[in-house]
Amino acid sequence: MPKVFIGCGAGFSGDRFDAAVPVVDTLAKRDGARFLIFEVLAERTLAIAQRLRIADPDAGYSPYLDHYIEPILKKVKENQIRIVSNLGAANPVSAAKRVHTIAKKLGIKDLKVAVVLGDDLLGVYSADEVRKLPTMEGISVGDRDIIAANVYLGARPIAEALALDVDVVLVGRSTDAALTLGPLIHVHGWNENDWDLLAQGTIAGHLLECGGQVTGAYFADPGFKDVPNLAEVGFPIAEIEANGDLIITKADNTGGLVSKATVTEQILYEVHDPGNYLTPDVTLDVMSVELEEVAPNRVRLTGAKGKPPPPTLKVTVSVDGGWLGEGEITYAGPNALARAELAASIIRRRSQILGIQEPLRVDIIGTGAVHDNDMSAKRVSKKLSQNGEYRVRAAIRSFDQKTAQKISDEVQSLYCSGPAAGGGVRQYVSHQVSTASVLISPEKVMSSIFVQEVSL
Amino acid sequence: MSTLEVPLHAVAHGRSGDKGNRVNVSIIAYDPNMFEVLAGQVTEAKVLDIFRHRGASGVKRYVLPNLNAFNFVIDDALEGGVNASLNLDGHGKTLSFLLLGELMVRVPKASLPLVSPYL
Repeated sequence: MPKVFIGCGAGFSGDRFDAAVPVVDTLAKRDGARFLIFEVLAERTLAIAQRLRIADPDAGYSPYLDHYIEPILKKVKENQIRIVSNLGAANPVSAAKRVHTIAKKLGIKDLKVAVVLGDDLLGVYSADEVRKLPTMEGISVGDRDIIAANVYLGARPIAEALALDVDVVLVGRSTDAALTLGPLIHVHGWNENDWDLLAQGTIAGHLLECGGQVTGAYFADPGFKDVPNLAEVGFPIAEIEANGDLIITKADNTGGLVSKATVTEQILYEVHDPGNYLTPDVTLDVMSVELEEVAPNRVRLTGAKGKPPPPTLKVTVSVDGGWLGEGEITYAGPNALARAELAASIIRRRSQILGIQEPLRVDIIGTGAVHDNDMSAKRVSKKLSQNGEYRVRAAIRSFDQKTAQKISDEVQSLYCSGPAAGGGVRQYVSHQVSTASVLISPEKVMSSIFVQEVSL
Repeated sequence: MSTLEVPLHAVAHGRSGDKGNRVNVSIIAYDPNMFEVLAGQVTEAKVLDIFRHRGASGVKRYVLPNLNAFNFVIDDALEGGVNASLNLDGHGKTLSFLLLGELMVRVPKASLPLVSPYL
């Protein structure tokens, strides 16, 4: 069995567009089965993509697809590095066609692309059927219009797609770890009950899926946790043997850092019970994981344990979340805090005068606002310097766009109608998506999952 | 042995992540020898106190000695999370540093690096 090298080129929709270039340069020098993953699909990203697809049947894949694929497609094809990504979002077939178009433009011949379909429950079930599924967390869907309902697929369909001998596999909703585990199952032939191997593959995927978050990004704390050259942070590469041996490292000739500390922070990132991290392929237990720094920027991970997966699959249901209206204005210099507090009280009073019913939050940025609550309870009890630089921020959620806009406009009006010397107003009114996680039994979706090759 | 009281930030690091209205914060000791010292002081009750003003209703602590780490899962600490929060940071990404800054621990003076600003 060849060793498998899997590099990550993006950890979220909007991640650094050129991060994959050094990853590909490094993978091209390695001997073995090589893969490049891009993870770009947060819960809300898919709902936004679904809205785009409703407006245009050819749209609905990641709007950043070109940004990620174009810089590296020629080199990955030349070096037989295969791409696995959820850039397909709400429309993997159109995404595949777009990749072919890019290939044509770049003069790449014989590119083969496959897609995994079947995560979109609205293609199989009615909205009313989706509403009846039991809620695990998030809002109650009730009778709100459902924008998207997608089930988290596991790694098996990705492995099946790779077996079609394609260069690129595009999926919509799958677990982030499946982008890594799929290639491992394909190359190493791991069985459905090789629980500990599936666990090592899943933790590899968990560590890769957020890109630079395991290589020193989202980590640096100067003087406490220093990271070299974060501006050119190298994205991660996992090396995995057939027996599950796992090394986490990063692209050559880049900044960043891979250490026990960076890996430990990412192991526990968004994990609740570390003994039971649920995925459709395996229940991962990291309690007995051990880390060893075997060389600079190389960490060996052993001891992940696997158990059978839960009996149900998770579905993210997205509904209209109304509008978020925000406005910000800055006060600086002598007595700035008092002027900011006066501005905050004016916004509250204006909201009353306008008869706005929705809860309003007014922060003063510079006082620890993000750690505070809606009533600024901590700020009120803190001793703060009156002088300095403070930024007032008002925020409201409403299903009425005009109400959201009104609060944002009230902040703007402080330019001429508020305390002395307010400046730097910014206004944001944005359409929101709310989500709920619901559960479905696998039998209800298995029959609709399939893989297919897509040509232009 | 001379000891001093410092914010957790002096001796540990961590990261927060959201799921719905729940946040998890990992706390990892820089020095493996400090793990046991912290275990008795970094308690569910103290963590709950630090997040109570945001509506936190419960805390569960998981202990991972192999990784010198604790994982805290804090219920209802995100003011509704990304679905509903009016907080600028609806994901609670900044909350690891709320815990690191406010949870005070008593540690041996010798456990801090000589260059620590907390000395």
